[in-house]
Amino acid sequence: MITATSGLNPYTGTWDQDAVRHLLRRTTFGAKRSSISSFLSLGLQGAINKLLDDSFQLPLPPVKDYTPTSAAVPDTSIVAGATWVLDPATDGTVAYYRRAAFKKWWVLNMINQQDSLVEKMTMFWHNLFSTETNDVGNAQYVYKHHALLRANALGNFKSLVKSISIDPAMLVYLNGQNNIKTAPDENYGREIQELFVIGKGPGSQYTETDVKTAARLLTGWRINSTKIDSYFDVTRHDTTDKQFSAFYGNKKIVGRTGANAGIDELNDFIDMLFGVDEAALFLCRKLYTWFVYYQITPEIEAAVIVPLAQILRSNNYELKPVLRALLSSEHFFDVNSRACQIKSPTDMLIGMVREFEVSFPVATDYMTNYGLANLIVTYLTNLQQSIGDPPDVSGWKAYYQEPGFYEYWINADTLPKRLQYLDYLVNTGYTFSGFKMVVDVFAYAKRFTNPGDPMKLIDEMVAHLLPLGISVAHKTQIKKDILLSGQTSDYYWTNSWDTYISTPANVTNSKYVTTALTKLVTYLVDLSEYQLN
Amino acid sequence: MMDRRKFIQNYLPAGIMVPSFVHGMGIKAFNPGHSFLNNLLLPAGDNDRVFVLVQLNGGNDGLNTVIPLDRFSNYVNARKNIFIDESKVLKLDGNRRVGLHPAMTGMQQMYNEGKLHIVQSVGYPQPSFSHFRATDIWMSASSSNQILNTGWVGRFLDEVYPGFPSGYPNSTMTDPLAIQIGSVTSMALQGPAQPMGMSISNPSSFYNLVNNQVDPTPNTNAGKELKFIREMTNQTQQYGGVIKAANAKVTVQNPYPTSNSLADQLKIVARLIKGGLKTKIYMVSYGGFDTHSAQVNSGDTSSGNHAKLLGSVSDAIKAFQDDLKYLGVEDRVVGMTFSEFGRRILSNASMGTDHGSAAPVFIFGTKVQQGVSGDTPAIPVTATVGDNIPYQYDFRSVYSSILANWLCVDNNMLNNVMLKNFQNLPITELGTCSVINPVGAVDDRIVLYPNPFHKTLSIQFKTDGGHTLVQVLDGAGRLIKILLDREFQAGTYKVDFDGEYLPAGIYYVRLQNMVFQKVKTALKV
Repeated sequence: MITATSGLNPYTGTWDQDAVRHLLRRTTFGAKRSSISSFLSLGLQGAINKLLDDSFQLPLPPVKDYTPTSAAVPDTSIVAGATWVLDPATDGTVAYYRRAAFKKWWVLNMINQQDSLVEKMTMFWHNLFSTETNDVGNAQYVYKHHALLRANALGNFKSLVKSISIDPAMLVYLNGQNNIKTAPDENYGREIQELFVIGKGPGSQYTETDVKTAARLLTGWRINSTKIDSYFDVTRHDTTDKQFSAFYGNKKIVGRTGANAGIDELNDFIDMLFGVDEAALFLCRKLYTWFVYYQITPEIEAAVIVPLAQILRSNNYELKPVLRALLSSEHFFDVNSRACQIKSPTDMLIGMVREFEVSFPVATDYMTNYGLANLIVTYLTNLQQSIGDPPDVSGWKAYYQEPGFYEYWINADTLPKRLQYLDYLVNTGYTFSGFKMVVDVFAYAKRFTNPGDPMKLIDEMVAHLLPLGISVAHKTQIKKDILLSGQTSDYYWTNSWDTYISTPANVTNSKYVTTALTKLVTYLVDLSEYQLN
Repeated sequence: MMDRRKFIQNYLPAGIMVPSFVHGMGIKAFNPGHSFLNNLLLPAGDNDRVFVLVQLNGGNDGLNTVIPLDRFSNYVNARKNIFIDESKVLKLDGNRRVGLHPAMTGMQQMYNEGKLHIVQSVGYPQPSFSHFRATDIWMSASSSNQILNTGWVGRFLDEVYPGFPSGYPNSTMTDPLAIQIGSVTSMALQGPAQPMGMSISNPSSFYNLVNNQVDPTPNTNAGKELKFIREMTNQTQQYGGVIKAANAKVTVQNPYPTSNSLADQLKIVARLIKGGLKTKIYMVSYGGFDTHSAQVNSGDTSSGNHAKLLGSVSDAIKAFQDDLKYLGVEDRVVGMTFSEFGRRILSNASMGTDHGSAAPVFIFGTKVQQGVSGDTPAIPVTATVGDNIPYQYDFRSVYSSILANWLCVDNNMLNNVMLKNFQNLPITELGTCSVINPVGAVDDRIVLYPNPFHKTLSIQFKTDGGHTLVQVLDGAGRLIKILLDREFQAGTYKVDFDGEYLPAGIYYVRLQNMVFQKVKTALKV
């Protein structure tokens, strides 16, 4: 086993393009060339400050992009293009369209993201507090849940867990709304411990009785679909004392009565969970797996996880100090931490759209934007990352399943599809309402420093697209086979490129340049190396 | 070679030759019959038996599936809001003790035709109530307190086809060892070094995967992952052709229900079996069994979510069985359903049931013994929230019996796969394994003896020369000892490993010799 031995000391190595690209690949969905140069000039601390800045305005909510003609009760009060997130429609067909609109909107947010950690961390929380839109059903709850994750993406772990516990979508998904004193439903009481806060690590010692006791404590929460909010119903609440095990220091939470019983007991419960050391260790391991690698050796546990968890605790579970420490550490920039993630489907597809700066219609043309985004939603689903609908409450296997972790994204079904989709977006493109979503290989090539020099062009493209790079012999072969059409002199490419710039109307030459560039980009994204992040 | 030629036509300017694309790692393994390992292999697959695993994700409620007619009043008492009306329970020929859920007419008919066996209360000691841990336990066939990073099917296939994927496909095993229908490969198929099976969702479409020029992989985590992706590329490319061909051979099948994803999956399985794949194991899965709430409709408890789920399972399996018969391969196939746990005896107020423990499993096929193994689970007169069904049969006994009596695995191999002895249950026809251990291959790269070992394990290994590494790993894949790590002349050598102070259990010996690697299982007793 290969172990990176470095720890949380600040990275003092070279702040070069490779370091910037590594940081941006992990913290955002794909890096534009312009972001790479601006981050290079910021320096490491400046770059981290920028990534941690979440003061920008949250995106406008998803809008109505559908005509629910088959709905029994269509939402006629909402006009096309207006948002529906506060409209308490309960018609099943309407909800179906709204959930679909939500997913398209989410894809567009990822594509148009700021150079900030918010988007990646929103996905992190979605994976951690996994819920499925198909199970939740009500689209307003789905959006409200997502907005909670997004607004607190870089916020406070403890307060987020508290909010999630009485979030309508979660109350539906893990049956909290059906958890009543006469017959407690253990679903949420179990998962908040097993999957959300304490985990199943070696230091986790909560008991089955703790699960049952937590379920009793959480009895009485209900949802008002008109107000799109949860509320507490004390008549359904178990008002007896809640005795927890030695793992929680034999904590007894006094049973309450009255309208505030639910929230008061929940506060005590959250305090108790976060009073256990394992809570911070658990989250730091999750963050490590998300941002660095999945193998947490005893050395990494000691040098990275334990000190990170101390930072998390001493900052009362605020995320930013922990993210800052991890992402500016020598461990994060260690050679063993680089290029070792396998891209998730969102990393790959959203990353591709952003890396190649695929253009989209103006934002006001929401119909076309949503229509194009729908293809990405479908691709993601086929590649086993249906955003909003992870496989189950534990999220995607890539982030928890021993021993393969990220490798579970790749198999004989998904690997061919990955290449197929990438090739489609480079070679064919997807047209919706007359607008074509496609990689513009010429515009992409033009952004490099000297596209007329075939070796330099390939060098820069490889550096941009492939975190591990490829050998000089390999690049030379590609240059000869693809850009030079089997010739040996670089002049052939330089001449064609210059002619293309000066005389685009020369159809034969233009076609040659475009075809060669398309082949080059296709070749590079089809390499196994492109699957690494 | 088809893919490569097509790649060159599609992606490179016409009329030029690109020698660098035409050599490389793919070709040797891609050409059946070209592998040097062929000489070492004995004929594999003397039997043509297939085993199909049907996973029911979420924890199926066993008590409302196989309904306890001989303890009916206690059952009703424990499940006042969701019990199935006695008059609606489907009866089984010659068995008055249990009946099936009303939606399971297909499986009722299979039982009555002698094609179904039910094993009651299958579980294990100290059950886990976590979906994820319990699923891992079922997939890895571990004990409750034991973490294994290999699956039981993976270990079985590793015994039968040692060294996979190196040297595969070859003239004796041209096909994938195991196929999972779907896009995620299960833990059950995980072998000591890599997954032993492949996932497919559509056997007729394999995108044109290509091998590009291959740079060496660095000795970093990134290199490890890159190597993995390249291996997957090769495997997918190698098996794409045979799967497509098998799929295309079958054009007419007996009808299957529509809008039933389990039926869709089993339909593919039937086609691939009939199409001639030598694949031993198929896995399919069907989800939604986590019925915490609204398991039944309040007006009619024989309808609702659970009824829909069981109806789909029963319809799909019945259609599969009928199709296998129609295709003339019925006698070659045995299948089994399982779920990570059953549900609590006492129902909850949300018309549902919470996570429980033991539950029945179904074994189906023409070669099963009709019947119900085990007693109807005991149900207290007044069930409380913590009451669970105790297990009568260890789930590993079921696996073990299938391996021994259906897949004809001998005792030695069975020990290596199941890691200890389990009770042999008469669930399939006995005495049908005329050839002892009919599948298998000679492998002299690593020989371990004695195995199982108590104190000293002797490891004989063969190196082609150059850098050679021999490691011992524990069952969870953690490194225990590096026995040697240096340059060798080509030849056969021996090294002893002192394991006296190690806990009993499974260990792996890993040989790495330049590009070659191989992992073998040792059992410490």
